[in-house]
Amino acid sequence: MKASVSYRLFNGLNITFLSLLSLICILPLVHVLALSFSNNSSAAAGLVKLWPVGFTTDAYRFILSKPAFLDSIVVTLQRVGLGTVVNLLLTLLVAYPLSKESSDFRFRTLYAWIFVFTILFNGGLIPWYMTIKWTGIMDTIWALILPGAVPVFNIILLLNFFRGLPKELDESASIDGGGHWTILWKIYVPLSTPALATITLFTIVWHWNSWFDGLILMKVPEHFPLSTYMQTILVHIDLTSMSGKDFEVLKDVSDRTAKASQIFLGALPIILAYPFLQRYFVKGIVLGSVKG
Amino acid sequence: MSKKTIRQLPLHFMLLPGLLLVLIYSYVPFFGLSLAFVKFLPGRPFTENPWVGFEHFRYVWEMPNSLRVLGNTFYIAFFKIVVGQIVPIIVALLLNELRKNWLKRGVQTLIYLPHFLSWIILGGILIDILSPSQGIVNQLLGMLGIKPIYFLGDNNWFPFTIIVTDVWKEFGFNTVVYLAALTSINPALYEAALIDGANRWKQTLHITLPGMLPIIVLLATLSLGNVLNAGFDQIFNLYSPSVYQTGDIIDTLVYRTGLEQAQYSVATAIGLFKSVVSFFMVSLSYFLAYRLANYRIF
Repeated sequence: MKASVSYRLFNGLNITFLSLLSLICILPLVHVLALSFSNNSSAAAGLVKLWPVGFTTDAYRFILSKPAFLDSIVVTLQRVGLGTVVNLLLTLLVAYPLSKESSDFRFRTLYAWIFVFTILFNGGLIPWYMTIKWTGIMDTIWALILPGAVPVFNIILLLNFFRGLPKELDESASIDGGGHWTILWKIYVPLSTPALATITLFTIVWHWNSWFDGLILMKVPEHFPLSTYMQTILVHIDLTSMSGKDFEVLKDVSDRTAKASQIFLGALPIILAYPFLQRYFVKGIVLGSVKG
Repeated sequence: MSKKTIRQLPLHFMLLPGLLLVLIYSYVPFFGLSLAFVKFLPGRPFTENPWVGFEHFRYVWEMPNSLRVLGNTFYIAFFKIVVGQIVPIIVALLLNELRKNWLKRGVQTLIYLPHFLSWIILGGILIDILSPSQGIVNQLLGMLGIKPIYFLGDNNWFPFTIIVTDVWKEFGFNTVVYLAALTSINPALYEAALIDGANRWKQTLHITLPGMLPIIVLLATLSLGNVLNAGFDQIFNLYSPSVYQTGDIIDTLVYRTGLEQAQYSVATAIGLFKSVVSFFMVSLSYFLAYRLANYRIF
């Protein structure tokens, strides 16, 4: 095909625009990374752009020697590990019965509505907080796991995937004497690895990123997960008296590079997992769009 | 018991743990909503709180800032929804025009990375780069001769900053959704259009856009449910008392009233208002999505 002048012009502009757009998405992160490896005076003088100036790893050495930071990583690892297992197990156990037809499982519609109603209406923050207090799990790791243990959106995703599996599998398995537990573990689970991988990755990211529950349900800072710990130090700046001068006096510059290094360390696992996330993400979208 | 009932028993057992957790953590809070209608004193048995009717709602209504907060919430949520819908459509159409696949994939990879990072990380980054004295954004603006802008500390700028940074975080996500929809358009349509002499612009207008329309309608209707979700995670991590005037939203007000000032009843009343409105909007959005795009949740 011959390309007209106007089309070539459009193409050039388009490539330029999209490249700029991509840069806007990634450069802030690169800038913070550069800051974290720069020395205090260069950072304060505004010399750092996209490459470290006065290269140093002091900020990282400082952060990694802070017990509070390391404690919070331990809490986060516990939370991600335990939380992902619980979420995944419950997703499977709820999605399987709900994927049956009403003719095969009489109360299916009733059960499904009980779960779906929770995404339509919720009691709000205070009643939720009171309920967790009432169940006596405040300040324990379970407070970060049990209240969000039943992820309804993931359940819907998986049950729609289950419904796409051929019905003959169920029938032949039950003729061979396999009950529902056998069908779930021996047939459905092995056949749903792409869907399960998607859900697992998203659950891990969700647990890693969650911070609000840690902030209000944990009484002592030693029990804060990493995201909550970072929330308390990264974004707590008093801007009330913010004039340019005050800001400069208020803000310790070494504090700035230390924050930059924590931002990068907090984002690092997500960035490392990103290639996988990206691959499964598109699959997840396709899964979500296959509806019976 | 019939044979069929017995065969269904394991299904009930499978649902039991999930059901219990949902009843405790999603349904028990409904009883807590009674807080909005009683005079609550800690330490007193929950059922013995005296009934005060709509007293707390009247108090909220008479609060000087309640209408402003409602306005802020709606304003920010509305623009997030509208701009957050339009930008991905445009970017998806532009990406669709790229001939080089590696470029297409590269752009996609970069634009939806922010989606996976939390508002804690992004908040930390934004506070640094938007700082009026040290931030690189104001440094660059300074080179153009523009005086430092207090993006996060100025009431005129705050809602704008919130809307733009939210679109910045999320537009990649929706772009990928739209691109996935584009792949399902029958290539034969383009071939036919080419034979009929349609140029690329005509093809976009008459094939690509109509092909995207169902998913555009779907996402637009589903977003109706978010008219009161201005984004707690984002605003809580970026705002400060100096921008309460234009940046305070229902969720942050509930947090401060309830958990910082311990006015449980008032906070529950505000929360209940939001839940009821959201319930109607989400239900409406699902109903419309079902009617317009034949979408079903399960």
